[in-house]
Amino acid sequence: MTTAQPAMNLLELRGVTVSFDGFLALNDLNLQLAPGELRAVIGPNGAGKTTFLDVITGKVRPTKGDVLFRGASLVGQSEHRISRLGIGRKFQTPRVYQNLTPRRNLELAVRGPHGPAALLFGSLSSDQRDRVQHLLGVVGLESHANQLAGGLSHGQKQWLEIAMLVAQDPELLLVDEPVAGLTDEETARTGELLCQLAGDHTVLVIEHDMDFIRDLQSPVTVLHEGHVLCEGSMDQVQSDPRVIEVYLGSETQEAA
Amino acid sequence: MADLLSSRNLRRALPWVVIVVVALVLPAVLPPFRLNLLGRFLSLGIVALGIDLIWGYTGMLSLGQGIFFALGAYALGMYLQLSSLEPGQLPEFFSLYGVKSLPAFWQPFTSPLFTGFAIWVIPALVAGVLGYLVFRNRIKGVYFSILTQAALLVFFNFFNGQQKLINGTNGLKTDTARLFGELVGSDAMQRHLFWLTVVFVIAAWFLCRWLTRGRFGDALVAIRDDEPRLRFTGYNPTAYKTVVFAVAGALAGISGALYTVQSGIVSPQYMAVPFSIEMVIWVAVGGRGTLIGAVLGAVVINYAKSLVSEQLPETWLFIQGGLFLLVVTALPDGLVGWWRQGGPGRLIAMVGWPPKAATYPSLDLDPEVQAEHSDFDTTPRGGAS
Repeated sequence: MTTAQPAMNLLELRGVTVSFDGFLALNDLNLQLAPGELRAVIGPNGAGKTTFLDVITGKVRPTKGDVLFRGASLVGQSEHRISRLGIGRKFQTPRVYQNLTPRRNLELAVRGPHGPAALLFGSLSSDQRDRVQHLLGVVGLESHANQLAGGLSHGQKQWLEIAMLVAQDPELLLVDEPVAGLTDEETARTGELLCQLAGDHTVLVIEHDMDFIRDLQSPVTVLHEGHVLCEGSMDQVQSDPRVIEVYLGSETQEAA
Repeated sequence: MADLLSSRNLRRALPWVVIVVVALVLPAVLPPFRLNLLGRFLSLGIVALGIDLIWGYTGMLSLGQGIFFALGAYALGMYLQLSSLEPGQLPEFFSLYGVKSLPAFWQPFTSPLFTGFAIWVIPALVAGVLGYLVFRNRIKGVYFSILTQAALLVFFNFFNGQQKLINGTNGLKTDTARLFGELVGSDAMQRHLFWLTVVFVIAAWFLCRWLTRGRFGDALVAIRDDEPRLRFTGYNPTAYKTVVFAVAGALAGISGALYTVQSGIVSPQYMAVPFSIEMVIWVAVGGRGTLIGAVLGAVVINYAKSLVSEQLPETWLFIQGGLFLLVVTALPDGLVGWWRQGGPGRLIAMVGWPPKAATYPSLDLDPEVQAEHSDFDTTPRGGAS
């Protein structure tokens, strides 16, 4: 899909700083993602994980630094433009349209023209329809396809939102806590799904669940106080004394 | 034959039965005064449909629909002022203020074709421009409501002050004007205008249904429920909101024009603050997010208002306030929403009539079967269904 040079990063954050009234949510953050990569981002609460996604998707403008997607800056672009460039996002708590059915949720998300005229006068192509039907099957919502999404269980909503993200067919998927509140079996299936997506897509996962991250077998970036603390495999990261200090320290706080 | 009478077919046929009765039977049986009132209230149903589009479906509470209502009303009012004049004559009121020649912006309103477009295009353009500026800056919620009300006041004061241009506070009379050689205020003309209103209400309803049914309507609901989420899916909500606000403006303009010719006058009072708030109440009481509810709300509340006011003039405001409180506290989806969610059945059950059986009456209501049931399940089954 991309015709860029193989060495080029799909996403690159250069010295990104975000200051909320003097509080540095992100502090000189640098990060590169190669096309097709699956990357996990972890960090204690308040490390800036969600702000990091907000900066990429255009919700928050960085105070300093630059965000490059396929070599072009995203800073100052509106959310819907960034989304159309090929960056999709799944939110921490599932955000599906409760008053629409899962099928209609997916039909809104499915890749294609998104202007008012297109929606009024155009109809879904058979490709788009097939895609929606296929995704309903993948996430096991076929039997619930025509009832309101507000009545789905938490796990089903999580899956529906992941399906909406896939329906968008973005080059880069930003996935915020995909397995929060899921059962072990659902968690395992989500992991498989994300691994399948990597390769064709570039996937960045933010998650608290360490076992889930370990199962992904992907490189891990640890954030702390808005800065990249270290990068490496899960084993490397977990034996890093700095990580143990900040992460386990706050883990015990969380448990309390 | 039994198939034809099934409840589903009946429910489908019911609206058309109502339409036929309203359009054909009522003009024959109602006295002209009552028929004229009904026509006016039906025309208000069109502005209510527009409010339902922007508020019920898209979540934007506009308290300024009176602007667009009045713009459409004035467009037709100006045409009617000019249409029955001899060449070279000026509308009467101009002489009171020493105006010798027709102001330039009146000129195009000599043309019926121009007026026919102006009635809905001008309000739509004003709404579109106003809406675009507001939505682009992501002003929403209560700030949007306040802004629309402020805009309404600006228009109201401006129109009130322009004696020399549009006869200010006094407004423009329309019932003494002639249309197709017939006096607008005459009974025969009023009956024709009633039918015209019925046609426009049905057309407006179909337009709104077309807008809300497909993916465009889904996008509106998505904007209402979670606008940021829709942005991250690659949609630009500003475009959608501007389009739908302009459509609501156009509907308000048509509504205003039809209301004017059936009321006999257009004045800045159409842009009074309470009137625009009342429009919102019609939709709330009838049922937000249900198109038929908007029309019903406008007609029923206004008819009730005129009936109550004839008997007990002072009490109407209390009844209206009470209705609004009832809807806010007990019927969030309005009367139509309550009806669709099985409200009447519950009400009847409350009074003690047996509720409709969910499966077979012989099973649901047979005490012996129910006793067996309660061996497995201790929750009572009689009351709720």
